[in-house]
Amino acid sequence: MRIACPLCGERDSREFSYKGHALALERPSEDAGFGAWDDYLHNRENPAGWTRELWFHDFGCGSWLVAERNTVTHEFGKVELAENVKEAMA
Amino acid sequence: MRFSALKILKEGLTGNKGWAPHWRDPAPKPEYDAIIIGGGGHGLSTAYYLAKNHGMTNIAVLEKGYLGGGNVGRNTTIVRANYGLEGNSQFYSHSLKLWEGLEQDLNYNAMMSQRGVINLFHSDGQRDAAAKRANMMISQGDDAILLDKVSVRELLPNLNHDNIRFPIYGGLYHKRGGTARHDAVAWGFARGADLRGVDLIQNCEVTGIDIVNGVVQGVQTTRGAIKAKKVGMVVAGRSSQVAAMAGLRLPIESHVLQAFVSEGLKPCIDHVVTFGMGHMYMSQSDKGGLVFGGDLDFYASYAQRGNLPTAEHVMEAAMCLLPQIGKARVLRSWGGIMDMTPDGSFIIDKTPVDGLFVNAGWCYGGFKAVPASGYCMAHLMATGQPHEAAMKHRLDRFETGRGLMDEEHSGSQHNLH
Repeated sequence: MRIACPLCGERDSREFSYKGHALALERPSEDAGFGAWDDYLHNRENPAGWTRELWFHDFGCGSWLVAERNTVTHEFGKVELAENVKEAMA
Repeated sequence: MRFSALKILKEGLTGNKGWAPHWRDPAPKPEYDAIIIGGGGHGLSTAYYLAKNHGMTNIAVLEKGYLGGGNVGRNTTIVRANYGLEGNSQFYSHSLKLWEGLEQDLNYNAMMSQRGVINLFHSDGQRDAAAKRANMMISQGDDAILLDKVSVRELLPNLNHDNIRFPIYGGLYHKRGGTARHDAVAWGFARGADLRGVDLIQNCEVTGIDIVNGVVQGVQTTRGAIKAKKVGMVVAGRSSQVAAMAGLRLPIESHVLQAFVSEGLKPCIDHVVTFGMGHMYMSQSDKGGLVFGGDLDFYASYAQRGNLPTAEHVMEAAMCLLPQIGKARVLRSWGGIMDMTPDGSFIIDKTPVDGLFVNAGWCYGGFKAVPASGYCMAHLMATGQPHEAAMKHRLDRFETGRGLMDEEHSGSQHNLH
């Protein structure tokens, strides 16, 4: 797999660490209740197909990225800087 | 048809014309007492023990492909009971005891080979950890021997014992562990279930789970609707998709785990050897191929194939442990899809839907669990109560934080195991 880092261009996947579903950007509030926190920490849609996930470019520019990726074909779609995604969510 | 040495001799002398198919190929009936979704090792074992231990024979196993075509045919065939955590320890101990009597019980040659599992260690700290684990295993009633440097050298003369980074200090030797022929295990359970009247229905994909007022009514399939008051989801590798049909989200991420086999070689490794520091393990099949694997690729996947970085890492570790493997060619590599749970342990439990049961989350250790998994799942489905060997493997342990089964002590979060 090669990942198109918005800052560094297309790089070998060995430069990146995987964090899992981009759900991690949607941290619930402290008083959101057990159900919301359980969903945030544990329960996953875990789709067979396109998904959005967090990758960290630790052997590159050090950016957190939100990448679209297909879990059946390993094909990558759009890759964005996580900070831009998070800002757009606010 | 019972198998015996006499039968083999007779068939051999008469042109092998008397063998019959090992199981029927029935069409689905409109209703069963119970349905197992998934005709892999765990599903077939569940059906077998439902029939054998609980007398439930009006049941069906629904498989979307062919029997044993998923992870039970894609693992590295290792059987062991060397867990430490209360709950896991009892469960895998129970499983190993079932393995030891399995071939006689099933009247099927599963090529069970108790050749021993040796976990190598490379420092004083690791020796202490191995000694602790050995004591835990012995406390559970299983076997463990702490090997020193010289003993490992005698048992495994071909390894690189003096690797500058990871010199071998010794090993934890679990003699009753070993390997079994994975396909034959699935086939043996399938035949055993079929002989007791269980319908094994292949090419029958479940497309929906019918639920009315929180109670399961049956399933929709590509071969029509089938009613049942009890439905068990035993589909590790696809658990999230099947559970979604019942409106459930499971604490599971699917990851790919690769394995490799070399061309056939003369005997050079007699045991199952694990090289924890290299995240690599190896055994030699009866055909002579070195069967080895390593860690997950560490990204969500349903592809049943991995990528080269992990393959490269596993090869490097193999070279580090057994330098002569560099002369061998890799014959095949493949990937299996692992249900990874946050704490690294499995789930056998009821679900919030009445009559719907879940058996999932086997991470990368499902093969050795096949007999006990079915045994405990069958007990749960038949009696409504968890079997004592699997009563800690609850679905709600992540939500409540009570009874987490974190064998590696690395925490209860995805991507840690």
